Amino acid sequence: MKHFSKLFTELDSTTSTNAKLAAMQRYFEQASPQDAAWAVYFLSGGKPRQVVKTASLRALACAAAGIEDWLFDECYQAVGDLAETIAYVLPLDFAASDVGLAVWVEARLLPLRGLSDEEVAQRVTGFWRELDSQGRFLLIKLVGGGFRVGVSKLLVQRALAAHSGVDAKRIAQRMMGYLDAKVLPSASKFIALTAVNAGASDDILDAGQPYPFFLAHQLDAPLEDFDARLGPVDDWQVEWKYDGIRGQIVKRAGQSWIWSRGEELVTERFPEIVTLAHSLPDGTVLDGEIMVWQGGAPASFALLQQRIGRKTLGKKILADAPVTFMAYDLLEARGQDLRAEPQHVRRAALEQVLAGTGFKLSPVERLACWTDFALLRTESRARGVEGFMLKRRDAGYGTGRSKADGVWWKWKIEPMTIDCVLIYAQAGHGRRASLYTDYTFAVWNRQPVDAAEAQAVVQAIEKRQPAQPDALQLVAFAKAYSGLTDDEFKQIDSVIRKTTLEKFGPVRSVKPTLVFELGFEGINRSPRHKSGLAVRFPRMLRIRTDKSLHEANTLTDLNLLLNL
Amino acid sequence: MQDLIVQRPEGLYCPPGDFYIDPWRPVSRAVITHAHADHARTGHGHYLAAAPAEGVLRARLGANIALQSVPYGQEVTHNGVTVSLHPAGHVLGSAQVRLAHGGQTWVASGDYKVAPDATCTPFEPVRCDVFITESTFGLPIYRWRPDAEVFAEINAWWAANAAVGRASVLMCYSFGKAQRILSGVDARIAPIIVHSAIQTLNTAYRDAGVDLPQTRLVSEVTDPTDFKRALVLCPPSAAVGPWIKRFGDFSDAFASGWMQLRGARRRGSYDKGFVLSDHADWPGLMGAIGATGASRVIVTHGSIPVLVRYLSSQGLQAEAFQTEYGDDAAEEKAAEKAGEKAGGKIPEKAPEQPLGAAS
Repeated sequence: MKHFSKLFTELDSTTSTNAKLAAMQRYFEQASPQDAAWAVYFLSGGKPRQVVKTASLRALACAAAGIEDWLFDECYQAVGDLAETIAYVLPLDFAASDVGLAVWVEARLLPLRGLSDEEVAQRVTGFWRELDSQGRFLLIKLVGGGFRVGVSKLLVQRALAAHSGVDAKRIAQRMMGYLDAKVLPSASKFIALTAVNAGASDDILDAGQPYPFFLAHQLDAPLEDFDARLGPVDDWQVEWKYDGIRGQIVKRAGQSWIWSRGEELVTERFPEIVTLAHSLPDGTVLDGEIMVWQGGAPASFALLQQRIGRKTLGKKILADAPVTFMAYDLLEARGQDLRAEPQHVRRAALEQVLAGTGFKLSPVERLACWTDFALLRTESRARGVEGFMLKRRDAGYGTGRSKADGVWWKWKIEPMTIDCVLIYAQAGHGRRASLYTDYTFAVWNRQPVDAAEAQAVVQAIEKRQPAQPDALQLVAFAKAYSGLTDDEFKQIDSVIRKTTLEKFGPVRSVKPTLVFELGFEGINRSPRHKSGLAVRFPRMLRIRTDKSLHEANTLTDLNLLLNL
Repeated sequence: MQDLIVQRPEGLYCPPGDFYIDPWRPVSRAVITHAHADHARTGHGHYLAAAPAEGVLRARLGANIALQSVPYGQEVTHNGVTVSLHPAGHVLGSAQVRLAHGGQTWVASGDYKVAPDATCTPFEPVRCDVFITESTFGLPIYRWRPDAEVFAEINAWWAANAAVGRASVLMCYSFGKAQRILSGVDARIAPIIVHSAIQTLNTAYRDAGVDLPQTRLVSEVTDPTDFKRALVLCPPSAAVGPWIKRFGDFSDAFASGWMQLRGARRRGSYDKGFVLSDHADWPGLMGAIGATGASRVIVTHGSIPVLVRYLSSQGLQAEAFQTEYGDDAAEEKAAEKAGEKAGGKIPEKAPEQPLGAAS
């Protein structure tokens, strides 16, 4: 743990990519393969299932520190991170042990699951006595499944490549499925990951091994720049952008595997797709989108979400939310890796492979110019899609977000927007601890007659007078915590502190004074919210200092968006 | 029995003595705990402060203020109230104010720190009936490590940077923190460069007999390679202006008690955060409060509600005063102004390299 703790400190205390790479390389040089295997797992975002409940950890920490619950809460509010809070309140004395990361995880942490509460309490407090403050912080992060440090999976792969001399893309390939919770990291897995000479094993892939996903970049250019930036339309394969779950279907040796973008094996959850895959020849890998399809069109993402949430798939959910696979790329055919082939070649091969199967083939749109595409893009919402994907016809299929092998652009439609009023605020977490950055927004239940009527409502709120059911009032409908710059957050934070009306635990109600333009990707009816509506991926687009409260939008405006 | 200290719009007030302690509005008589700008303000008719504070106070508030300075522990009587000042261990000349009158003893702490500090007289517990305490770091998450460990960390960071030809820019408050760092770092590693706001205070500290290593202003640097290996102390505000540019690709760090929190370190995106505070940590506050023997405690600036609730749960009579202390921004402005006044004009350009010098 000592070495991993040192690595964490180094990674956490620099923003330089090179310094991070060097720190990881140094770690891999000296770590045992078992320890390195787990380090790779955690650094690239692997999360074992939580072994001790958060509430239990808190209670143990309070007991060990000899502080009451309320005082722990106050500390947590200031720190904004549970593991860090616990690490800071525990007694300072410790007797350092020299147990490696792998032993910590395999022999000590994972076995905690299923033990009695007393046994867990005894062991965890014992662990704390072996670690310094930083070690405790890490341990709690690992136990609680909340470990995160500022490196991407791609960066870990680059460090492994530099460490081993194996090409980073090959490492990425070998790492697919590494984070799958069903197989634990091990020395042999790490050795296989970094072996310079892997013999034939790289060619004959482990039966269900998928390829690293090629990820798209956001296209943020005005239409008039498209010709200059992208060149002629004919160089591009243009498809609709679907709002489902990115997935890969691997068909080899008579068997099918479905992988999600999070590198999770999700085969059992989508029996319909497994059935479809029966008709694929062996040695085929498809890239595409898992989506619910209803009445000849994509259904809302909310329906797919309901389905993902289910552990067991009953007849009803299978009937209510039937899933299909919209294929848009072919990564392997007849056992051959096609990723280096140009997009148009892969596309032609994809059309051939899918002929006669039940898979959906993502249609390619052909138009004369970007302006025509812009016009067609306005139909996105009606078609249940998010805009266009632009893929260079002559480019290969890359790895992750790297742009080395070409770029996929997502040309998304503008978000829906609503002007709304900030009514509650809560302090953020992590680097936004003790800064009010998480906001609840409201719209009017009806259009205020004028500014005076809106002000009367504000005054009633200040006097804590509950609104009459039919009277003009503000109705909460969304929470958002992203989209502003650090400076804007600071500015809003100070307004919140000055206009706080009441504190409910970590939440403050504020006198309504600020109007924000909120953007979101979609809107659905939801019985769970007071407004009866739920918006998808809400974020703040800007502070509308130019608008007064009474000019904010209404529930009616939101309901109109439902029908778009 | 009448309270010896009450809260007034002007500041903390002693009714029988008819004077204020660290008032934030102009009054005729003020007892000053220390020279930080949120505690020592201009415009009072008469000042009383501890002797070691005199130099800094005059440098900041004007040489001609009506200032009576008394040694620590010496009693002064005013309108029948016995006033004495006792070391608070916060910065040079910082004092707790002890008032005795009509059989009661009250102590107002100002800001204090209980850990030893080579740049000021150590904190001295004073028995009293009522203790007025600050609460800047009044949460059990704040527990400082020994200074020696922090200085070792700073030295290691500086030496590592110097070895690869990078300056080590350490942001810190100009008055108190900067001098404490100077007294603790290993000056043999490389030269030390300070911002003019800090140099002004260094002079005041040296004049008061505090031993500090040699420090230079940017304009006094003759060897340009010094810019690539020096330890550079500056206030946070200087780290975003043109002043900092001459140091090229430097490593930056911040020294403050707030650096205890990972969120604060990441928000500032400093390479390093050194946890070094001039205020008492949680055990320090508890120890100090306990050592006074006071049964009634009044909490000011910081974690007021937390401390009041906690002390009440410990069986003390705990209350709060709302003050205007704890404004770090005001303090930094004062430090910068003093730096400029002292002629430490900040040159916009780095001195040119001598002709023929290897670059």
